[in-house]
Amino acid sequence: MKKLFIFGITAMATTAILSCNDAATDTKVASATSENMPAAGQSAVQDDESAKDVVKVAAGSKDHTTLVAAVKQAGLVDALSNAGPFTVFAPTNEAFDKLPKGTVEDLMKPGNKEKLQDILQYHVFVGNLSTTLMQDGQTLNEVNGGNITISKSADGKIRINNAANIIATIPASNGVIHVIDAVLLPPSK
Amino acid sequence: MYLPNKLLTTLALAATATAGLFSCKPKGAESAVSGDAAAKVYVAPGKYDEFYNFVSGGFNGQMSVYGVPSGRLLKIIPVFSQFPENGWGFSEETKPMLNTSHGMVPWDDLHHIALSETNGEHDGRWVFANGNNTPRIARVDLKSFRTAEIIEIPNSAGNHSSPFITENSEYVVAGTRFSVPLDDQNGDVSISSYKDNFKGTVSFIKVDPTSGNMNIAFQIRTPGVNFDLARAGKKVSHGWMFFSCYNSEKANTLLEVNASAKDKDFIMAVNWKKAEEYLAQGKGKKEAVKYAHNLYDETKHQATSTIMNEVTVLDPKDCPELLYFIPCPKSPHGCDTDPSGQFIVGSGKLAATIPVFSFAKIQKAIADKAFDGNYDGIPVIKYEAALQGEVQKPGLGPLHTEFDNNGNAYTSMFVSSEIVKWSLKDLKVLDRAPTYYSVGHLSVMGGPTGKPYGKYLIAYNKITKDRYLPTGPELAQSAQLYDISGDKMKMILDFPTVGEPHYAEALPAEKISKQSTKIYKIENNANPYAAKGEGQAKVERKGNEVHVYMTSIRSHFTPDNIEGVKMGDVVYFHVTNLEQDWDVPHGFAVKGSNNAEILIMPGETQTYKWTPDRTGIFPIYCTDFCSALHQEMQGYVRVSPAGSSVALAWGTNKNPLGGQPQGSGGASTNPIKH
Repeated sequence: MKKLFIFGITAMATTAILSCNDAATDTKVASATSENMPAAGQSAVQDDESAKDVVKVAAGSKDHTTLVAAVKQAGLVDALSNAGPFTVFAPTNEAFDKLPKGTVEDLMKPGNKEKLQDILQYHVFVGNLSTTLMQDGQTLNEVNGGNITISKSADGKIRINNAANIIATIPASNGVIHVIDAVLLPPSK
Repeated sequence: MYLPNKLLTTLALAATATAGLFSCKPKGAESAVSGDAAAKVYVAPGKYDEFYNFVSGGFNGQMSVYGVPSGRLLKIIPVFSQFPENGWGFSEETKPMLNTSHGMVPWDDLHHIALSETNGEHDGRWVFANGNNTPRIARVDLKSFRTAEIIEIPNSAGNHSSPFITENSEYVVAGTRFSVPLDDQNGDVSISSYKDNFKGTVSFIKVDPTSGNMNIAFQIRTPGVNFDLARAGKKVSHGWMFFSCYNSEKANTLLEVNASAKDKDFIMAVNWKKAEEYLAQGKGKKEAVKYAHNLYDETKHQATSTIMNEVTVLDPKDCPELLYFIPCPKSPHGCDTDPSGQFIVGSGKLAATIPVFSFAKIQKAIADKAFDGNYDGIPVIKYEAALQGEVQKPGLGPLHTEFDNNGNAYTSMFVSSEIVKWSLKDLKVLDRAPTYYSVGHLSVMGGPTGKPYGKYLIAYNKITKDRYLPTGPELAQSAQLYDISGDKMKMILDFPTVGEPHYAEALPAEKISKQSTKIYKIENNANPYAAKGEGQAKVERKGNEVHVYMTSIRSHFTPDNIEGVKMGDVVYFHVTNLEQDWDVPHGFAVKGSNNAEILIMPGETQTYKWTPDRTGIFPIYCTDFCSALHQEMQGYVRVSPAGSSVALAWGTNKNPLGGQPQGSGGASTNPIKH
């Protein structure tokens, strides 16, 4: 259910983004109809007072420019600006650099949008999960439908899928970001 | 026989009246609506209205905020009435706001609005409102859209003539609708001793220019008339306040007839600058009274109510040149000053004309002592000496007048159900537009100020009968929006309202919108019961009181499992919303609680009191859809019998009394184990 719900949101947000160019040019009030929906989603809300959401937190990090570009390319900005709550595992630029050469460039091609979405959604859990709430051996069902596995060592260090380490945790207004040092690759379906 | 004769006459009259009505039936609403109306009021999704419209809710005790020109309801601000929608008057923090010298009064009748002004223009800081039944004035903060202060008015009974405001918000006023024996007199007197024992008062409530906080600067004792409405002088007439009053007959029964015996009642002119001089000279007398003054502290998120015991009263006998009466035909209602401050328009509810008084002529009449005797010792200025002129044949039942930015006045006509536009220059009627039906107040954008914006006028109607889909015997009242930018008024929208709209004011949206509060900073939260992080969540017992310092964040409470509450306990849930994100309130409710839910805004703490009435497991949950996991935002409280050995314990993601742990060490659990 959660998965469907989020996909629904993503689909709506994407539609809004795709249709925004048409809508923006038609500002004639008298001829406006329900088809001319306002363009932007919640990411466009002007608000300098609230704490930053997960997208804005990531966008403010110089270590996450690749991730942020990918989130934009995948059309996930609005969904991740919504109420959530989200637990985002956020690979650093360095983590993306560890992928085979050309992988990121390939994923950023318009034709590979679905694949990119699948990978990014594998990094998002709906729920606000601090590291203290994580348990050794716990599996989390991610937004793309795939599971990740948490391992927690005696000293509290956390590894995901035995491949990525949580190296920092940043709270956000609509959830939490755990910075990880490797990209999580969804198991093939 | 007398009765049948009278009946026949009545029937004959009724028949004539009906025939008359049919012959001059107003044009149908269809033809009254202009062709481009839809485009004029259409505000596209995601776009903003041009004006905020603050509308009194009358018998709902609230104030509603609409967008103009769309007529969209933006918010209902609870003022004098408990509001289960957000817990106003139900949470421990807000209950003191409704305290009075009579104890908690959970309702009032909110009639009039006064937006704060600087130099005679709206400044967008506060909006004041009157409580008509248990005399009170409230101040709503226009950053938070919350009631920030309520002050009770002593020596008053029915605060109708209120809270009209001076051009720099020096004062808001409160004239008593009922004259009564004053608070320091023995009130246990025969009602028929009205003429001897019943007095009126008007109060001047000082508004602190920085904080907005109110205090009753002085009251003026007046003859036992009934004060109806008021307006401050402006520009040339700044320093004066004009109150309309009826029942100069001093009737105490069947006022419908007995207060209409005289041809003219009065507008009372008060020279409040003079009053300030008399106060400085020590002419004010301290009188023992009792009234509540309630303030909401936005940092503590808590209201306090203080009972005050004294008020300063000026007696006109000791203060010559303070008050003057101006005769005004037939039970005047509205008493409105034009944007220049030169003219005062009196609207006699039963009058055939609308008298327009001149401030300059009033001053000259005073200097020349052009008086027509006195009323209880107060000089009565000769009608003709004060009169600028009369609007002839305006319609039937004039009530209220507002002004545009082009020298025009607009008067609502209750009996003939129409708005009449007339020129301030020559007092000639220029246009009339029907209302559906029975208009009371009207509101031109900025209409009561020294600088009206014009453009739109809204009529607030009492009767809607066939205007909307029927909803049984109780129907909504209505607002009708007119485009007044041209020579002719054009109705462009008709929308139902909540409660009963009496007076309303509107101001340009940009005077408020940019300063609107989004969140309360959690670090500034000074509520003594705040838990400013899950680590501060706890449950404490103090005798039979159980205090739960609880936090909310998407999407769980900490703690969400509580045990050890016992019969006979009173439980206080102090819920702090840890969110720092605009438009993410959390709510809180307990099954079976004799209370409403509460909403807690981001960064705020609110307290919910619950007295368990039986043992068992009581679910708690968040009442405001906060996230994808809102439905999961729930928990349990266990209530055990009095004297039970179950210890107080709590947690989130951990079973407080042991058993199989659900988490590997919650972030914020009580380590008590048994």
